[in-house]
Amino acid sequence: MIIQGLAFYLFAAIAVVSGAMVISARNPVHSVLFLILAFFNAAALFVLMGAEFLAFILVIVYVGAVAVLFLFVVMMLDIDFVELREGFLRYLPFGALIGLILLVELLLVIGAWLVVPDGAAVTQAPAPPPDSGISNTEAIGLLLYTDYALAFQLAGLILLVAMIGAIVLTLRQRPVRRQRIADQVNRRPEDVLVVRSIDRGEGV
Amino acid sequence: MTLWADIVWPTVVIVATIMLIVMPLLGAVAYLTYAERKIMGAMQLRQGPMTVGPFGLLQPMADGVKMMAKEVIIPSGANRVVFLIAPMITFFLSLVAWAVIPFDEGWVLADINVGILYLFAISSLGVYGIVMAGWASNSRYAFLGGLRSAAQMVSYEVSIGFVIITVLLCVGSLNLSDVVLAQQTVWFVVPLFPMFVVFFVSALAETNRAPFDLPEGESEIVGGFMVEYSAMTYALFFLGEYANMILMSGMITILFLGGWLPPVDVAPLNWIPGIVWFAAKVAGCLFIFIWVRATFPRYRYDQLMRLGWKVFLPFSLFWVVLTAGVLVAFDWLPD
Repeated sequence: MIIQGLAFYLFAAIAVVSGAMVISARNPVHSVLFLILAFFNAAALFVLMGAEFLAFILVIVYVGAVAVLFLFVVMMLDIDFVELREGFLRYLPFGALIGLILLVELLLVIGAWLVVPDGAAVTQAPAPPPDSGISNTEAIGLLLYTDYALAFQLAGLILLVAMIGAIVLTLRQRPVRRQRIADQVNRRPEDVLVVRSIDRGEGV
Repeated sequence: MTLWADIVWPTVVIVATIMLIVMPLLGAVAYLTYAERKIMGAMQLRQGPMTVGPFGLLQPMADGVKMMAKEVIIPSGANRVVFLIAPMITFFLSLVAWAVIPFDEGWVLADINVGILYLFAISSLGVYGIVMAGWASNSRYAFLGGLRSAAQMVSYEVSIGFVIITVLLCVGSLNLSDVVLAQQTVWFVVPLFPMFVVFFVSALAETNRAPFDLPEGESEIVGGFMVEYSAMTYALFFLGEYANMILMSGMITILFLGGWLPPVDVAPLNWIPGIVWFAAKVAGCLFIFIWVRATFPRYRYDQLMRLGWKVFLPFSLFWVVLTAGVLVAFDWLPD
């Protein structure tokens, strides 16, 4: 029990510190690397809670795919630190506004807990008791495909729309000669090759 | 006494088990490099290493000593911390994954419920070592190698995920020992042969092996992400890559070739211990890895992307639906 407690504080502390480093690191690539560290520690916290399925999905989806693409883009940015500092004051009001909105939203969430303590319980399904033989993968499945089937489908639909949007944004016809592999495979020697015997001193 | 019985003794046992897994693994990595050079030599009518020791058997030792004796050079423009962390991450990830591999019935360090997800997660993290190395080297060639690797790994992970889902549909559990035990009647390579091929090719792409070794691409970007690395930092990348090859072969063995099970459960075959069967199957997969490298030329980058997204992704998606449909229609779903 003591070891679990120590592990919790270790992971939580690293998560918080790396979260702070994400916004305070000078180099954007370092920010992304700290973000990955934060994801990792969040996954470790899930493992401590006994939700190993969620933990690994977090690592696979966020660390293994999303953050890779993130890093991919950030690495290719050409960053001029002098220009970055000049822009700081110009964008300060806008950034402060966004920060304020997020802060108010967070306070609203916490405030709702305080005003209606049972409010959060409505959305929470009871976790299956640990000795019922139901693994947490199974428990999530049982919940997701029964009570929350509609919400689940809706989330999928939103993702589909986003995907179509991304495809539409990047799809344009470019004057490029494309490789058609079927044509290359179907090409026969007799269509393109002619063997001729040419007399000496004469052209084709 | 409780401190001894509850904390110290289990720790000692776990560390000993880890040593028991890691030491033979590093030996296997060393001799895999030797095997690769010998096999490719034979395929190209050469001798391969032959002067150090009988049949060149001490060549890996000589290489190791040479690597350790050399100087680690850090380029002046490099980002020092990330530059040094990158090879460590690659090597570390290639070893951690072995924690959940069952070598025989019950021979597994951590028999966790979501073993296969753990393997998938660890193998998808492998890209970080390469991307970080490419970026931190502050070199154009290394950077190109890192970018290529990132795009390639993300593309092929998708089809690997679908292959794993197909196998899981037939097993009904995420535990690797259960996956092996579900193959007692027939190995999954028989009913799921197309998925086996997809997985094998994706494993080649995931480990940056020929014909998908574009991140290294020695003929175009001189050595890709490891162009600036020398001595032990280079050796860590090298060891990591070969340990990953063995890991991927282990995954293929567990998912499709029946793990530690003999081909048929009859008298002379089931006398042989499971670990021998496991090692033999892994060695067979590794031989095919090397055979492929000696046979195929490198893919062009657009061909690589086309294969991943336009061929493997729709095909594996179709097979997931087909497998699920067949299992439901004939009521073969495991509970």
